[in-house]
Amino acid sequence: MRRLTWFNTVSLTLGFAFLYVPMLILVVFSFNASKLVTVWAGFSTRWYGELFRNEAFLDAAWVTLKVALASSTIATLLGTMAAYVLVRGGRFFGRTLFSGMIYAPLVMPEVITGLSLLLLFISINLDRGIFTIVLAHSTFSMCYVSVVVSSRLVSFDTSVEEAALDLGCTPFEAFRLVTLPIILPAVISGWLLAFTLSLDDLVIASFAAGPSSTTLPIKIFSSVRLGVSPEINALSTIMISIVAVGVIATSLVSKRAIARQAREERAAMQG
Amino acid sequence: MNFRRAFLILVPYMWLLALFLVPFLIVFKISLSDVELSIPPYTPTLDFSAGWAGFKDFLSQLDFENYVWLTQDDLYWKAYLSSLQIAVISTILTLLVGFPIAYGMANAPDEWRPTLMMLVILPFWTSFLIRVYAWMGILSNEGFLNQVLLWMGVISEPLTILNTNSAVYIGIVYTYLPFMILPIYATLEKLDGSLLEAAEDLGCTRSGAFWLVTLPLSRPGVIAGCFLVFIPALGEFVIPSLLGGSGTLMIGKVLWEEFFSNRDWPVASAVAVVLLAILIVPIILFQRQQQRQQEADR
Repeated sequence: MRRLTWFNTVSLTLGFAFLYVPMLILVVFSFNASKLVTVWAGFSTRWYGELFRNEAFLDAAWVTLKVALASSTIATLLGTMAAYVLVRGGRFFGRTLFSGMIYAPLVMPEVITGLSLLLLFISINLDRGIFTIVLAHSTFSMCYVSVVVSSRLVSFDTSVEEAALDLGCTPFEAFRLVTLPIILPAVISGWLLAFTLSLDDLVIASFAAGPSSTTLPIKIFSSVRLGVSPEINALSTIMISIVAVGVIATSLVSKRAIARQAREERAAMQG
Repeated sequence: MNFRRAFLILVPYMWLLALFLVPFLIVFKISLSDVELSIPPYTPTLDFSAGWAGFKDFLSQLDFENYVWLTQDDLYWKAYLSSLQIAVISTILTLLVGFPIAYGMANAPDEWRPTLMMLVILPFWTSFLIRVYAWMGILSNEGFLNQVLLWMGVISEPLTILNTNSAVYIGIVYTYLPFMILPIYATLEKLDGSLLEAAEDLGCTRSGAFWLVTLPLSRPGVIAGCFLVFIPALGEFVIPSLLGGSGTLMIGKVLWEEFFSNRDWPVASAVAVVLLAILIVPIILFQRQQQRQQEADR
């Protein structure tokens, strides 16, 4: 029943062109020799050189990386705990509020999340800087992690865990030896998601950052506000390439893993 | 065992209480305060040392003045209305662009689909800011789009698109397109092909079968996609501030300016509370729809 009509072909072509041509233009013009971003003046890697000599960008990139590593790790720990509690924890006092607080940040406008965190930091006299950005990012990322991990927890059979307990595992051992290996792919993708969310975030970081700490998105935003610049094009190209390589590599690895699993399952059936 | 369970529950619970719920209560409290030239720039502040009397005194100083102010000044009304308008129009546009793509994906050969899926998800992992920025170079007066259109002879003078609402629509459609495609694709992919065959056997034309079978059955995906675009678009800040002009009023931008430029924290907080109140309706509708969908899938 699958029929790829001319209409389907046209809409797929136009659709993917719409998604990718803007980024392609950005990449192409990052190699433009001219300072005028819209006029092509020959191939050059000049802007990459300028970018790597720009201390402010390098500093901001370093801050961003530190924040992303710290916050995605905290978010993964908290988010996995939250998912486990929600799916396996049974009833407890205030469970509805808890699941509401996990769900709400996903749909909360960033301006509100950012504003509320800033007002909290100020009312408890917490100096703003890397630490407060990490707190802010961990909080909203843990909700994403918990959604990803709980969808995995819901879909797998609890009898394996029960079997481990029956066979003499302590609950912690059962978690470490049975549950964790099964949910690990979800935990890893949760970590990656939290990491990218943190790298990407402008609005919440702007509220949570003090004047002394600037993340890369804040830096990009403030220079982009004045107009298009070839250095930002170069920076964008680097970021786009890292993501593209990462996503393509993960999808190849997971494809292979799925194929292997299918093979093993077939072998087990026959054996 | 019980200690461990309590630990597992309490750590994320306390974290969210302290960093999600309490901050929100603070926003609500400050929205009832008055602006003041001091640090922090609002009054009253809660003084715990004064005890119960101090608390009563604190409560008596709170009022709804900032909310009254929001209804009196045109700016806020217009900003809320124009945010709603921009969010609705761009949701419809995203649906019009996204549906044919999802439909094409669902009809593509099986071996293409993982790749097509990856191509839809890939932009989602790349920086939002950079994807918005990419359009600044395309839409400007000397930008790529105008150059191409001038060269093709479609227009004789460059179009002004950047810094208008049209640029904001393009930006929202572009950045939120994957959120629309994925849920629609998910419902279209599950669609039973034999239903379409039956419709055609019973005398439907192919386009008739599309309107009578495919479209109604894809409704859950369409609704989910629309919510996923509408909800974040309403509070959007980055897109209107980079692509929109001075005439583009969106509530996220107003809140930001009220806070960072005017330093009026109480009014910014009141703007945030009202924005949330507006969002609660679509959020609850969305959640209901998701629950119904899950039950239907079982």
